Amino acid sequence: MELDAALLSRVQFALTVSFHILFPSVTIGLATFIAVWEGLWLKTRNPVYLQLAKFWIKPFAITFGMGVVSGIVLSYEFGTNFSEFSRITGPVLGPLMAYEVLTAFFLEAGFLGVMLFGWQRVSEKLHFFATVVVALGTWLSAFWIIVANSWMQTPAGYEVVDGVYQVASWSEVIFNPSMPYRLAHMLLATLLTATFLIAGICAWYLLRQRHQPMARKGLSMALWAALALAPLQALVGDFHGLNVKEHQPIKVAAMEGIWPETEKGAPLLVFAIPDMENETNHFEIGIPHLASLILAHEFNGELQGLKSVAPEDRPPVPVVFFSFRIMVGIGVLMIALAFYAYWLRRKDRMFTDRRLLRACVALTPAGVIATVSGWYVVEVGRQPWLVNGLIRTVDVVSPLPAERVLFSLTLFAVTYSLLLCVYLYFMAKLIRKGAPDASTLKDQVFGTQTPGYAKAWVKRFEQLEKAH
Amino acid sequence: MELAFFYFLLLGFAILMYVVLDGFDLGIGILYPWFEQEQQRDQMMRSISHVWDGNETWLVFGGVILFGAFPAAYSAILSTLYVPIMIMLIALIFRGVAFEYRFKAHRSKVWWDRAFAIGSTVAAFCQGLMLGAVVQGVPADAIEASSLNWLSPFAILTAFSVMVGYALLACCYLHMKSRGAIRFRAAKLGRVLVVAVMVAMFLVSVWTLAAEPEIRARWFSGYNLLLLSPLPLMSLWVGQRLLRDLGRHRNEQLSFFLAAALFVLGLAGLVVGLFPYLVPRQLTIWQAQAPASSLEFMLPGVLIFVPLICAYTLWGYRIFSGKVEDFEEGY
Ligand code: HDD
Ligand code: HEM
Ligand code: HEM
Repeated sequence: MELDAALLSRVQFALTVSFHILFPSVTIGLATFIAVWEGLWLKTRNPVYLQLAKFWIKPFAITFGMGVVSGIVLSYEFGTNFSEFSRITGPVLGPLMAYEVLTAFFLEAGFLGVMLFGWQRVSEKLHFFATVVVALGTWLSAFWIIVANSWMQTPAGYEVVDGVYQVASWSEVIFNPSMPYRLAHMLLATLLTATFLIAGICAWYLLRQRHQPMARKGLSMALWAALALAPLQALVGDFHGLNVKEHQPIKVAAMEGIWPETEKGAPLLVFAIPDMENETNHFEIGIPHLASLILAHEFNGELQGLKSVAPEDRPPVPVVFFSFRIMVGIGVLMIALAFYAYWLRRKDRMFTDRRLLRACVALTPAGVIATVSGWYVVEVGRQPWLVNGLIRTVDVVSPLPAERVLFSLTLFAVTYSLLLCVYLYFMAKLIRKGAPDASTLKDQVFGTQTPGYAKAWVKRFEQLEKAH
Repeated sequence: MELAFFYFLLLGFAILMYVVLDGFDLGIGILYPWFEQEQQRDQMMRSISHVWDGNETWLVFGGVILFGAFPAAYSAILSTLYVPIMIMLIALIFRGVAFEYRFKAHRSKVWWDRAFAIGSTVAAFCQGLMLGAVVQGVPADAIEASSLNWLSPFAILTAFSVMVGYALLACCYLHMKSRGAIRFRAAKLGRVLVVAVMVAMFLVSVWTLAAEPEIRARWFSGYNLLLLSPLPLMSLWVGQRLLRDLGRHRNEQLSFFLAAALFVLGLAGLVVGLFPYLVPRQLTIWQAQAPASSLEFMLPGVLIFVPLICAYTLWGYRIFSGKVEDFEEGY
């Protein structure tokens, strides 16, 4: 078989970016939660909050580390694998990423050291400040990268000079039409991811009767968060969908599995197997008129279908179709669980209802799965375009010998599979080991209450050494 | 000042920060084989575990400045250096995750030691290969994108030079941050490495002058040699000063800055030879620059945030100043 460098580059990009997003989707939300707990601890002095913060900071640290190393790969991959793309869109995307590094990455990295290792070297307030800054950094980095990605989905504010994309208006580039929706949806997604991770682990502790006070507090907070965030996410997702329909109607057609050039009163397909060759679906199960109702807000609203464009301008429909269903399905499950928990809470049975606890445990990875599926909808649904309607992916890959790309792809596949196993193993290990107990915490609190405690220690040590 | 030139300086600054900062923490990995006790390795690792992430961010910064300010150069250089970049990235992954997993591991600790040492060494080596390849020039057309110029004898020489240089930085860093056996060992190794670095700088310079007529012309035309002579002379002076201080265990902090100064001088020499080319003989900074709208947009960000970043980075180092101790700190 002839090796195709373009295809291999795309597979490699998809692999590396999918691997990367697993970690930010956890860290952004988790950093936020840790900052909240630390703040609550300072305010209330309830040791349960400190325990939560100190427990989750470890999974956070290893996840963050994985996010950093996998992210560095991406920032170089644009140039290595999509050289023509970086040459012609560099003037637009480059500065956005420069701002990401300047305002976010350095901030995260600079204060992470203090957040992780500074417990005994700075005052409590300063430590809290560092934690907040790290969380802020993760939000900012999400902002800039979403801006860049959204520009590729719904380009605006540019002009083409000699084949190079230049900026006509930075505010239009940054506030491009899909950015606000995507940013809100993505930030909610990361918060939900962390929420369900926390709920799942705390529920697991409750089932095992470990760390009861901490697990109760954690579960309760997480389920309140879920009650607020999950329905909000569905709402934002709905608005997001309307926005996609306006700018990328073919993507919506792929999400909904609509084939005719236009369809009135389109059903919402709960299940189907899209068939690209015969341009139709098999085994359709649908709710009549619902898709039209949702997307056109009219019972017989008209939707554009896949056949309205040439076959080579259509994305891989099954991937988009199924990813979308996985994401929305999980969203519905999350909402259901949040309301069920609320109902139990009213009846004072939330911490004891084994069915709820088991459901929480089962949904531990739900956020990550929904997030990755969501990105597959967005990214695969944009194909064959790299910048929607302007640049085709196949036109801008680097002119590399295919063997080289195969070589790096193999390296990444092996490395990433290995690291994913290692990561899960250590996460499981940390969770099984459990939270720090009261006496450990007391020692550490002693440290934080006497700023410079470790430094004083060191000074003494130095004096002793000199005396010898 | 002209914007293209400003970004050229900024790029140089980013590279320098990266090379000095990540240089010493990659160097620690390169030195690993000379420190065999577990407790020593614990301390070495702890001396950098709070800074490696920030140090590596300079690499990302250098990359995006090239991307944003000189997109044509970014695309030409990165795609031709495909293989060394990919290997470097993988190596950086392994050594990066080793920081997190090593301290949490029991049975697999030796494996994380290996990941850290090999990853750091390979990453440094690849960076040296890239340096050599850039100095020699990147092939002009796409067909040659499959060339192996990054594996030329010259590139291999620069690769070893970079490794030796990083190891020297690490020795000076350890000398400053540790006590007892580690400190003595670091100073002793450091003295050998100073000599090695001087030899490497000499060889690379002579080779470049012999092989690249343009660079030779720049150094030897008119009064240039006189104007430029401080570069090699200062390197010599810094080298002998380092050798003395490391031998007497004096001026620990100064030693580190002197080692860093060697890198500054080396980079300055390089820029003198290559300016105004980003990709030698092909792309000058003016040909590669992004349109004014992009350069102007980044300007306030750079002017505000770069000083801020330097300030809080320095603050971070100060919080963790002093020697690393035996007790474990942290989360
Ligand atoms: C919405 C979230 C999000 C998305 C879509 C991406 N990232 Fe990311 N990235 C983060 C959120 C994030 C983060 C939360 O900010 C990370 C995770 C851990 C960390 O240190 O920062 C991060 C780390 C991270 C780093 C390491 C930063 C450092 O050295 O500290 C780089 C270079 C990138 N990313 C680059 C990218 C690129 C080129 C992407 C697109 C193709 C990308 N990220 C998608
Ligand atoms: C982080 C979540 C993301 C995920 C999971 C993701 C996933 C994917 C996938 C699966 C593809 C392959 C589509 C195909 O070829 O069929 C792709 C393509 C691409 N995406 Fe994303 N993406 C993400 C974010 C981003 C961001 C933030 C950017 C840019 C700033 C980006 C830029 C690209 C580019 C350049 C391609 C083209 C290469 C290709 O077609 O494979 N992606 N992405
Ligand atoms: C429950 C109802 C939901 C609806 C109606 C919905 C809707 C959508 C739509 C229409 C897109 C595609 C945007 C595009 O193609 O440009 C999308 C993308 C996405 N979804 Fe959802 N979503 C829902 C739930 C969720 C949940 C629960 C999560 C994760 C916890 C999630 C995470 C994402 C992510 C990460 C993306 C890609 C980034 C973005 O475009 O925002 N979604 N969603």
